[in-house]
Amino acid sequence: MITYAPYFLLLPLAAFVIQIFFGKRLPRKGDWVSISAVGITLCLAIAMFVMMLFLYKPGMKEELTWEWFNLGQLSVKIGVLIDNVTVIMLLVVSLVSGLVHLYSVGYMKDDPRYSRYFGYLSLFTFSMNGIVLSNNLLSIYMFWELVGLSSYLLIGFWFEKDSAADASKKAFLVNRVGDIGMFIGIMLFFTATGSFLFSDIFDGVAAGALPLPVLTIAGLCLFAGAIGKSAQVPLHVWLPDAMEGPTPVSALIHAATMVAAGVYLTFRMFPLFTPVALTIIAYVGGITAIFAAVIAVTQNDIKRVLAYSTVSQLGYMIMAIGTGAYVAGFFHLTTHAAFKAALFLCSGSVIHAMHHAYHKLGDHDSDPQDMRNMGGMKDRMKITFMTMLIATVALSGVPFMSGFLSKDAILAGTLSYALHHPEHFLLPVFGFGAALLTAFYMFRLIFMTFYGKPAKQEVLDNIHESPATMTIPLIVLATLSIFIVYTLPYINPFSDHGWFTDLIVATNSVVPQYVNPSAHEIAEGIHHAHLPAMIISVIVAFTGIALAVIIYLKKKLSAEKLAKSLALPYKLSFNKFFVDEIYSRLLINPTIKLAKAIGFFDWEIYDKYFINGFGRVTDRLSRFIGINLDYDVLDQQIVDGVGKSTRFFGGTLKFIQTGKIQNYLVWVLGGIIIIFIIQAM
Amino acid sequence: MNDLNTYLTIGAILFSLGLYGVITRRNGVAVLMGVELILNSANVNFIAFARFGGMNLSGHIFALFVIIMAAAEAAVALAIIINLYNKFGTLNVDDARILKQ
Repeated sequence: MITYAPYFLLLPLAAFVIQIFFGKRLPRKGDWVSISAVGITLCLAIAMFVMMLFLYKPGMKEELTWEWFNLGQLSVKIGVLIDNVTVIMLLVVSLVSGLVHLYSVGYMKDDPRYSRYFGYLSLFTFSMNGIVLSNNLLSIYMFWELVGLSSYLLIGFWFEKDSAADASKKAFLVNRVGDIGMFIGIMLFFTATGSFLFSDIFDGVAAGALPLPVLTIAGLCLFAGAIGKSAQVPLHVWLPDAMEGPTPVSALIHAATMVAAGVYLTFRMFPLFTPVALTIIAYVGGITAIFAAVIAVTQNDIKRVLAYSTVSQLGYMIMAIGTGAYVAGFFHLTTHAAFKAALFLCSGSVIHAMHHAYHKLGDHDSDPQDMRNMGGMKDRMKITFMTMLIATVALSGVPFMSGFLSKDAILAGTLSYALHHPEHFLLPVFGFGAALLTAFYMFRLIFMTFYGKPAKQEVLDNIHESPATMTIPLIVLATLSIFIVYTLPYINPFSDHGWFTDLIVATNSVVPQYVNPSAHEIAEGIHHAHLPAMIISVIVAFTGIALAVIIYLKKKLSAEKLAKSLALPYKLSFNKFFVDEIYSRLLINPTIKLAKAIGFFDWEIYDKYFINGFGRVTDRLSRFIGINLDYDVLDQQIVDGVGKSTRFFGGTLKFIQTGKIQNYLVWVLGGIIIIFIIQAM
Repeated sequence: MNDLNTYLTIGAILFSLGLYGVITRRNGVAVLMGVELILNSANVNFIAFARFGGMNLSGHIFALFVIIMAAAEAAVALAIIINLYNKFGTLNVDDARILKQ
């Protein structure tokens, strides 16, 4: 299988290079280059996946390591690792990426930078595959930054809009904060173990290369990278703004794959985390899950609801890893990738239709993404509606759907963790609370978009279903949201037991004197907590759906009245808990003020007096040296003096040169006589 | 009469005469004759040293070489003088002063 690995990197990279340099001159602006590159990697990923299923070996692992460079004693090795996790990630990335490429053909049809868009998508696919295939932290870090770059380029793809340009900058800078932590973490591990390879680091840590407190800090630093990339509190602020990018990009990068990279990294590095670090990770994830879910309830922009939902679900995954149920976290990553990509692509289809309807009506002021402008679209867009409904049901955690299985596994994990550690009772509360809110806001979205009446009736008449290139990906992704895809060969909608849980097995921590229960004990605990967790999660999911039905479908309860009676929570949620305002008040404005003060000092004092002073002194000195010393003394006196004296002597002595040979002979004779006299003395 | 100094004195006188001739003669051929005198004064010294100074046979050999060399020198110098005459139409070495600055 390892022989397939280079294609996952080279094909998308080649597509990127071709698109950037020749894209505009190719027929169809070159979209087929990127699509076929990703299509081939998808075929390879499917082939590898089938091979993995035939092997059916939990410990399958192929690794290739080589020396990249060495500096004296220091040898830096990188390499490729393929195990079951890699194969599943490759399939997820290639599949979502392939479908998004296909979808974009319809969605981006008239865009002036069509070929560049596909080039960026290919660059992203290349980088993401790189993260997944790496067996070392160094190349993960490089690809990590590359996905950051492609995310930046794609969020700011419509850079004519100020909001898009600002959002791309924000995403880049916020990610940078996390990445600095990650870099420190990587370097801590590297200095302690002398290698970037996962296996070497695990061995080193198991041998006690880092004392426990340092190990905790190093793990948390590494996790900081995941906080940034996976948009966890407090660095979640960039993801909702990233919705300024084209919707297919939101589906690929900001829902299914890139934001999952943080979860993937935490999952891979799980054996390194100390109990303290894991507790912190669990709380970060739990708080993110509930916090983002609360915000999502009051948002009106369809993509922002989905964005906060993504943040919340990523929080779930992180929480699962923190509580030790990290197989469940990875399971949720996989199932979530399918249905969240489906949701984003459906919302893209809706926005596309709204945009065209407004365009036809000549309305350029109304926001095609605002759910208050939508309504009643279920009969006009049947495929979009059906697929979106399936994905929503999956996300809400209703039985018979993939989301139910993975979410249930996570909730069982938190419940089991809280049973072992009663002081952490808040984690399952966060989990179930977020599950309730998820079901509520997702059905709110469905009812506001597809039921009821739109703000303008004439809009509805101009709504049309999207073209086949856009609906086929929706159907594929909606199919993948059904439980059976993940539980074969067993068919039991209430148990996640299947090929996935057979092939992905938990590993024990390598932390010395590990005090948390072993992987086996955690699995045992989850098994016991499975039934209560399932019952509670089904109850909360249906409660959430019922609330949404009462408020938004039947309109028994007025949403406005509710908002008024719960004024403070509503205001907090609607304004996203003022996190952006707090950041700009506490961090950004002081930073700008400090920068201005330093800039003033820099220009007015440092530059004008110190730097210019240097210039002036140098000028004076060089004038003195140049004019007084060099010209007046050296040039005029010494250099010219040599010339003048030579000329003087030459002028004088030329008269002895008479041309008469006998005169010369007399001079010679005189010389000889003088020599004789000197000799004689 | 029969010792080294006598011969060296004769050689010195001969050399001085030759040198005087080289320096003062205007005629190129006469200058050449002065050079021959100088060479022969050297010969006298060689033979004297061969006889009294322990130079033995080497002195004779050197003298023979000088004679041969003088013949060669005379041939070259006469060729120069003929060219001088062709160029300036005179044998007066004072007139050949185009090396003057």
